Amino acid sequence: MAISRDDVDHVAYLARLGLAEDERERLRAELDQILGYMQVLQQLDTSAIPPTAQVIPLQNVMRPDTPRPSLSVEAVFANAPAREEDYFRVAPVLE
Amino acid sequence: MDITELTLLEARAALRDRQVSSVELTDAYLDRIAALDPQLGVFVTVTGEEARAAARAADARRAAGEDAPLLGVPIALKDVLCTAGVRTTCSSRILESFVPPFSATVVERLAAAGAVALGKTNMDEFAMGSSTENSAFFPTRNPWDPERVPGGSSGGSAAAVAASLAPASLGTDTGGSIRQPAALCGVVGLKPTYGRVSRYGLVAFASSLDQIGPFAWTAADCALLLNVIAGPDPLDSTALPDAAPNYLAALDGDLRGLRVGVPREYFAAGLEPGVETTVRAAIDQLAALGAEIGEVSLPHTEYGVAVYYLIAPAEASSNLARYDGVKYGYSVAAPSLLDGYFRTREEGFGPEVKRRIMLGTYALSAGYYDAYYRKAQQVRTLIKSDFDRAFEQFDVLAAPTSPTVAFRLGEKVADPLAMYLSDICTIPVNLAGLPGLSLPCGFADELPVGLQLIGPPLAEGRLLRVAQRYQEATPWHRRRPALQPR
Repeated sequence: MAISRDDVDHVAYLARLGLAEDERERLRAELDQILGYMQVLQQLDTSAIPPTAQVIPLQNVMRPDTPRPSLSVEAVFANAPAREEDYFRVAPVLE
Repeated sequence: MDITELTLLEARAALRDRQVSSVELTDAYLDRIAALDPQLGVFVTVTGEEARAAARAADARRAAGEDAPLLGVPIALKDVLCTAGVRTTCSSRILESFVPPFSATVVERLAAAGAVALGKTNMDEFAMGSSTENSAFFPTRNPWDPERVPGGSSGGSAAAVAASLAPASLGTDTGGSIRQPAALCGVVGLKPTYGRVSRYGLVAFASSLDQIGPFAWTAADCALLLNVIAGPDPLDSTALPDAAPNYLAALDGDLRGLRVGVPREYFAAGLEPGVETTVRAAIDQLAALGAEIGEVSLPHTEYGVAVYYLIAPAEASSNLARYDGVKYGYSVAAPSLLDGYFRTREEGFGPEVKRRIMLGTYALSAGYYDAYYRKAQQVRTLIKSDFDRAFEQFDVLAAPTSPTVAFRLGEKVADPLAMYLSDICTIPVNLAGLPGLSLPCGFADELPVGLQLIGPPLAEGRLLRVAQRYQEATPWHRRRPALQPR
């Protein structure tokens, strides 16, 4: 199956990724090639094979809910692009 | 002799015997970095002032009769490991001025062991790449031939050791990013079992695959570093809860009766003849040391690259959603929040990162999830089962680390799929969560070749022992590239 420009636009929107016009066309061709290569997986019958999400034998690792020091407010905001009082300042969500 | 030619253990012995001070050793490396790094591009950030202060503190502790496993020993850190107060860029524009408020667990453990951090090494942006050409800042050059890549993504950390800009370093390996650059730079690199080393403070790429590990000239040096960084961590729930063994003690013992499997699929088309000859000679050397060699099949090897380049980008697309220009990092002011996301990410990420975000988002999107992501997870099960069966018959597997020696800068930049295929021998090991080690096993066309040793879960000690016996019997790790200040 071929990757269309609409596919690229849709996926870029889902990923909140701005792309220039030439990037969109280049990515369309590259994704087409790469996903074409992935078709090799369709040769395998995996209907009876469970998926592997992770390989370690650990599940639901629990610990006591013990309070401990966390980062100071100043440390948290030290890298903030824009701050107002103790909030991250952002552009309007709704016009 | 030049003190920058010492191995980590030799440097530690010289410090303990007071033949050299940490300040002398640290200054020697900083001087060498100043002389050679302009032509190599190994470091994104050199922390000279902090390193000298740490060296003075180490010397003071030593003078007061104290000791610690790495007291006064310099080391380099891949710039994907958070360092409190020192910028951590992941070689990305989006984190170019990010200064973490905390350090990674491995960084804390190195500091607690007395190590002196020299700086942060260059890498493919967000550890995505196999050549370190995807750094947003500059490429790193291979110390053996500056027209060639050092491999990647931990190319800076591998080249730091190869160029004697540090006696050892830490890198990370998601699909081969320690082992492949170790092979291409002619040093030892170890990717531990998934969960053996805490990932707390490692900037996430693909969370089910990422693992931190050491680079050094010798297996014994890697054992020393692994002793310091391995073990449980309350800050990483995927760090395995059992205590790590003493890997230096695990080096003891010969190779008689060790069953070494040679997976035939790793010697397939695309393997350079010079690499094959060199790796087969190394396997013969293991036989000469008493190992029993046999052939084994890992039949799903050919699917590894396809599985990896679905799973890793899927996880990456989710992990990298956090770079939104709001809390930290590069940020474009825009009329609306949504517009700000688009433009921050457009300007902040480089081409390979965008490619992977697109690939991963596509694989996870409605309508394609089952055909791509779930399918890849199922084939991941088959790849893991191949290894499980192989380790019923064999103690260790031996194979090439990379199908080629170091390639030329620019050679694969325009062909992402060709670049992805350079990880064909290392990716299955990450998918199965196994420990893997690359060690120098000779040269082809004057460029280093790596032998990859793969073990069952938690067999790091066994891999290090095999590598150590091999290195005692061979001269490859004692060669150094000829580098002159320009």
